[in-house]
Amino acid sequence: MAHITLKDVSKTYSGSAHSAVSGVDIAIQDGEFIVLVGPSGCGKSTLLRMVAGLEAISGGQVHIGDRLVNDLDPAERDIAMVFQNYALYPHMTVRDNMAYGLKNRGASRQELAQRVQEAATLLELGPYLDRKPRALSGGQRQRVAMGRAIVRQPAAFLFDEPLSNLDAKLRVTMRMEIRKLQKRLGTTALYVTHDQLEAMTLADRLVVLNGGQIEQIGAPLEVYRTPASTFVASFIGAPAMSLLDAHVESGRLVLAGHQVARVHAGDGPLTLGLRAEDLRIAPQGLPMDVEFIEELGAQRVVYGLVDGQRLAVVETGAKSISQRVHIAIDPQRLHLFDTVSGRRRDIVVEQQIPSHAHL
Amino acid sequence: MKPFDHLVLILGVIFLCLPVVMALMSSTHAAIDIHTNGLSLLPGGDAMATYGKVLTHRGGFTGDVTGLLMLRNSLILGLGFAIGKIVLSMMAAYALVYFRFRFATALFWMIFTTLLLPLEVRIMPSYQVMAQLHLLNTYSGLIIPLLASATGTFFFRQFFRSVPDELLEAARIDGAGPVKFFIDILIPLSKTMMSAIFIIMFIYGWNQYLWPLLMTTDESFYTLMRGIKSILQVWIGSQIPDYNEAFALAVLAMIPPVAVVVVFQRMFIKGLTESDK
Repeated sequence: MAHITLKDVSKTYSGSAHSAVSGVDIAIQDGEFIVLVGPSGCGKSTLLRMVAGLEAISGGQVHIGDRLVNDLDPAERDIAMVFQNYALYPHMTVRDNMAYGLKNRGASRQELAQRVQEAATLLELGPYLDRKPRALSGGQRQRVAMGRAIVRQPAAFLFDEPLSNLDAKLRVTMRMEIRKLQKRLGTTALYVTHDQLEAMTLADRLVVLNGGQIEQIGAPLEVYRTPASTFVASFIGAPAMSLLDAHVESGRLVLAGHQVARVHAGDGPLTLGLRAEDLRIAPQGLPMDVEFIEELGAQRVVYGLVDGQRLAVVETGAKSISQRVHIAIDPQRLHLFDTVSGRRRDIVVEQQIPSHAHL
Repeated sequence: MKPFDHLVLILGVIFLCLPVVMALMSSTHAAIDIHTNGLSLLPGGDAMATYGKVLTHRGGFTGDVTGLLMLRNSLILGLGFAIGKIVLSMMAAYALVYFRFRFATALFWMIFTTLLLPLEVRIMPSYQVMAQLHLLNTYSGLIIPLLASATGTFFFRQFFRSVPDELLEAARIDGAGPVKFFIDILIPLSKTMMSAIFIIMFIYGWNQYLWPLLMTTDESFYTLMRGIKSILQVWIGSQIPDYNEAFALAVLAMIPPVAVVVVFQRMFIKGLTESDK
């Protein structure tokens, strides 16, 4: 149990001109579940490995609990890690795999047996204790990897994409189990994934990374509802938020020749972000040429072009859709970003104007 | 096509096995019998006498060299080579793969290029070094100069590189230092590789001829290979060489390598089919 603090942490690989991670500040509360999410190459794994001590820290400070751990060995940091490929010792039984870390710390035989038994009960691994990892299924191996982490009762769990080797169905079950387990044990957890759905469902707070820097930190819903940048907007949520070029003309937000809303902003271009589920097909409104439709069962996603720009709309009806539809936009639910920097601009969107009002 | 396939295979088996069978059968005949009737394919009646004599008869100039002594010397050489080479090359490969130090790659390639040079190229300087260290006529002198093995280092290096990095990282988090990781994780994982190298190196050591011939003048270091040769060398006057004894010794010389192959091959195959990294 411990809080983890990252202060201005950076990583530059030797021989590389620019840094893989730079200026990362995160304050993780005791017992919090933090998910680092971002596309591949964004530095999320590097960051996790720096906390674990598997990667040297080029700059900044990492505290686990009240200890500065920059120069400590991984074993001395009181953390446990679950790897993507599980990294179980293939020649040891499940029992020995789980006990190995404790054994190296000089735990007594009795304590060892008891802790392994507890972890095995918790993870329903009892019947498999004497098997070798190769005799287990992917999900069971994953459990053993978690068991190995739990047995040690560390200050923090570090997860490096632990579910990406599992099939889709198992991933959902394991996701729930990890979440329940972490809540039950109350251990601080740092979890790396590229899957935004996994990030949304697991996290107390999300850390969205892009190019080695933090784009946004926040609770999943907060990040979803008020993305701090176009990057976050397009990364979190499926289907991705549609980003369209719009501009402000004497207090009116104009998209493809249509007035969408009245805003308090100076004239100039803006990027307009629209979530697919905030839009609906209406008798009148923004005209869109339908390109293709994705049937998802409970709903369908209609993709089309508005003045040459891609837009996605979620629709729940079952009736057939014509080639040209009209889209109604709720002015309270639009996101505005700076065209150049991509940062969110909190512009007051004022009054509701009928979205079909033509200029 | 089936009968033809079988014919080819049967011919192959005969081609490979016949000399062995011939040696085994001939060793059970008396020397005079072999000299007059040539090699035979049927067992003779002198098996016990010949093998008994070969194993226990005291020969040589000192009258102390028995077959058992030669067998022991060959075993010491074979086991010493195999075990020594595995230990040494595993440790060298461990250093090359898991520790970052300057010129590691250059060092590896330097070791690797020595693969191109056979023992005979450096046999004189090696002899001289051993002579100056006063290690002639010792087991250490016989074994140590040949222990450095480029082949073994190369194989272990390739194997260690195929071990996933996460295993090392998991072990580091589990509090295993370099020595512990080597002993607890790497050695058990290398069993397959070790048995493969053991087979190769044991036979290499067992079959050494020129090196022991050069390094030892004391007859108590005689190996089986030299024993076989010396039996056939006694063309003095009208004496008939003891063909039967030479054959018996050859058969005896074959048994340990065959046993090693049979035992370790089983482990080797088991390791191959079981490993699932």
